[in-house]
Amino acid sequence: MADTEQPPTNLNRSSTALVRRKKSLSASSPSSSRGNAASVSTGDGESHARWRSEKQHRNYSAKLIQALKQVRRGSSSTFSAAATSPPPMAAQKRGKAVREAADRALAVSARGRTLWSRAILANRIKLKFRKHKRPRRTVIPAVTTVVAVTGASSGGGRKRRVSVVRLNKKSLPTVNRKISVLGRLVPGCKKESVPVILEEATDYIQALEMQVRAMKSLVELLSGSAPPPI
Amino acid sequence: MSSRRSRSSRQTGASMISEDQINDLVLQLHRLLPELGNNNRRSGKVSASKVLQETCTYIRNLNKEVDDLSERLSQLLESTDSAQAALIRSLLM
Repeated sequence: MADTEQPPTNLNRSSTALVRRKKSLSASSPSSSRGNAASVSTGDGESHARWRSEKQHRNYSAKLIQALKQVRRGSSSTFSAAATSPPPMAAQKRGKAVREAADRALAVSARGRTLWSRAILANRIKLKFRKHKRPRRTVIPAVTTVVAVTGASSGGGRKRRVSVVRLNKKSLPTVNRKISVLGRLVPGCKKESVPVILEEATDYIQALEMQVRAMKSLVELLSGSAPPPI
Repeated sequence: MSSRRSRSSRQTGASMISEDQINDLVLQLHRLLPELGNNNRRSGKVSASKVLQETCTYIRNLNKEVDDLSERLSQLLESTDSAQAALIRSLLM
């Protein structure tokens, strides 16, 4: 089993251990996952299985390797073309390029079922054609409608202006404010409703965890291997 | 349970989501978070605002970790040669 196969040890061992741990956690509370309404589709166990399976691991790692190779090829070609770019600045750009490539691979592994993955993939295209940002409408939480009809002294019934503001549920209590903060953290969920944000956040966290695990094992592999292949 | 489900599926407004649904989601989120403070996994109510706060912090930490890792990866990638890339490819397929 795991002993005979030597190569993908890091990923396999860590993922199976985590799968076992998470399975025990989700098994201890099955009622809540069943209680999810039809509009909130993914139950707890399903999203766990999605981001913790070994198949997903291998799928993501392969995509990550391909994306990283593209990054390398891209950067080396620019190096030969313009040799004047100083290394530290290029390194930062390459770090960002790696991050974006990893995010894209992650979003593709999500198979387009989640908002954040679609937002990541869409952002790459939008970024090139991005113009000015739309001016944000400031929404005042308080609802104030003051209509005062003054008497004849001020000159014939002057009405104070009525200010009708939208009652934005998200900006009222502390909890809703935190939810909107969370919505800004998850890509593509800035203006979504509360349950959507919560669901996207659960999926996003698990995907990020898998990304961290995959990249960690990749770094270990790359930094630990010194001798040339036999 | 089923009546609540059908009722909420009919109501399409964003503010018409039932409290229970939101509580369920918050509980799910809480299970995902790294449990540092509560070792015994409190069965009672967990404070929603605390869960959200920890979630935001956790996502920020994860993002930062990914950034650091990608930084290291980029440094490693430029130093490694194509032979090692082929080795890794063969290991992972």
